[in-house]
Amino acid sequence: MQRYILHRFLQGVVLLFCVAIIVFALGRLTGNPVDLMLPEDATPEDREHLLRALGLDRPYYEQLYLFLAGAVRGDLGLSIRYRQPAVDLFFERLPNTLKLVPMAVGIAVLMSIPLGVLSAVYRGSIIDRLAGILAVLGIATPNFWLGIGLIYIFSVQLGLLPSARMGGPEHYILPAATLGTFAVAGMMRLVRSSMLDVMDSEFVKLARIKGLSELVVIWKHCLRNAMIPVLSLFGVFVALLVTGAIVTETVFAWPGIGRLTYEAVIFRDYPLLQAVILLDAVIVLAVNLVIDILYAYVDPRIRYA
Amino acid sequence: MDTVENLTVDVATSTQSQTRSSLWQLPWGSIVIIAAMVFVAVFAPLLTPHSPIEQSLPDRLLPPAWQEGGTPKYPLGTDLFGRDLLTRLFYGARVSLVVSAVTLLAGGGVGLIIGLLSGYVGGRLDGVLMRAVDATLAFPTILFALLLAVTMGQGLRTLVIAVSLILWARFARVVRGEVLAIKARDFIALARVRGCSHLRIMLVHILPNVLNTFMVLLTLHMGFVIIVEASLSFLGAGIPPPTPSWGQMVAEGRGRLASAWWVSTFPGVAITLVVLAFNLFGDWLRDRLDPKLRQL
Repeated sequence: MQRYILHRFLQGVVLLFCVAIIVFALGRLTGNPVDLMLPEDATPEDREHLLRALGLDRPYYEQLYLFLAGAVRGDLGLSIRYRQPAVDLFFERLPNTLKLVPMAVGIAVLMSIPLGVLSAVYRGSIIDRLAGILAVLGIATPNFWLGIGLIYIFSVQLGLLPSARMGGPEHYILPAATLGTFAVAGMMRLVRSSMLDVMDSEFVKLARIKGLSELVVIWKHCLRNAMIPVLSLFGVFVALLVTGAIVTETVFAWPGIGRLTYEAVIFRDYPLLQAVILLDAVIVLAVNLVIDILYAYVDPRIRYA
Repeated sequence: MDTVENLTVDVATSTQSQTRSSLWQLPWGSIVIIAAMVFVAVFAPLLTPHSPIEQSLPDRLLPPAWQEGGTPKYPLGTDLFGRDLLTRLFYGARVSLVVSAVTLLAGGGVGLIIGLLSGYVGGRLDGVLMRAVDATLAFPTILFALLLAVTMGQGLRTLVIAVSLILWARFARVVRGEVLAIKARDFIALARVRGCSHLRIMLVHILPNVLNTFMVLLTLHMGFVIIVEASLSFLGAGIPPPTPSWGQMVAEGRGRLASAWWVSTFPGVAITLVVLAFNLFGDWLRDRLDPKLRQL
């Protein structure tokens, strides 16, 4: 078990390293990052000055070393627009996103598991059909349009819920619903198919022969085993949520890291974008690592693979 | 002697398709929607007298024809600049189709080749390539595309490159799995025994049997690519104005939801319908050709 954890952790570190190199390379891909940072009316002297200040006139390997050394120390450069260290900005906004994402995940899990189980148990019934339609629509509807649609219905027409910014609990509902829908649709289908697979297995038949009530059979025995692949999909969804949050946060003007990313993009604030992407990758990799460890814990077959 | 397995054998071995051999089981809804989209995209200039980019400020923000103030001249209303919404929807379909087609061919093609090589050759090459696949799959798509949009500038080229770079990994992984399964079959060993070169085996014996999976993957990812393009355009990092793109149209209408709901609504409906159609069609295709892909 420890070997597995260590192995996955090292894998994560290597991946992170690759991400850092890619981000580093991309900035220097089309000329100097300085060109991305300077306003149009900058003089050649300004450019020279900035080049030297950022150490961009040194050979590439030296630059890479400086970048990585800085990254390890926690210094990922200054945001052009905010004139603050990018790392500070990120961690300032991170809690806001962290308040939103678990709620979305919570909604997703709370809705998809019961719906998935019911769809599997009453396969072919109206519940199954409706849930299927919901799932298919949930995946097809673009994130941003769903958000706008919800704003239109609940804020503009009905005036029930606020349409933007953070605030009291009612501010959380629409953004979390928008974020969560995608996850619900995907997860529900997986829970359903996973349950269908498990319900056919031998040990379930044995449980029934033993005389256990159907409720116990379904919810205790089947669900536990069906959750295993769902757990692995969970990791995928967290990554999706980090990305989906960009669009959702932009639509709802939510001051989180998604919105920060969006701002970095439209203002061409490259150092900030670089930092955000790296830190995003850290989060995604960390979460995936935790999920993989949980996965190995829950399913002993993985540990000894 | 025929050493390429008949594709229909693959279909018959799955229990699902034994009861569904009739052609009338086609997903007609999806097919109609997809055909409509292709039709309007191709024939856009012939279907509407308006221009998608010429502005007409006196006509700005007219509601759809069936509402107060609307005219049949602009059946779905106009946007902020007085451009006919229906026309822009048609031309936007072109953008979506072109971006998706090019991206899928590029990304999917590369993924197919790499999956083929990785699965067939195995060993060290396989290990390295699969690591690359894992690394690529760990990258959130929109984030990566945004990064490229900032460094390489906006536009069609950047968008296609960005999404292709994400797409290849998904294709490669699934194709490789298929190749591994086919490689274990007897007819491959037979081909080797008869002296076929590796290249010949890959192209003549393995590739045709992987094509089923490849086509399913193509249709399943069509919706994905369309949504990514729309999301990027919505964020302002995709196809730049004035070229109409459905995502961009949704963004334009965002500030005026209360007064001009149609500007955002119709493009959004278009995106949803089209993605839905492709997803359902892809599901049907997968059920018919390769049910093993169910877990995708």
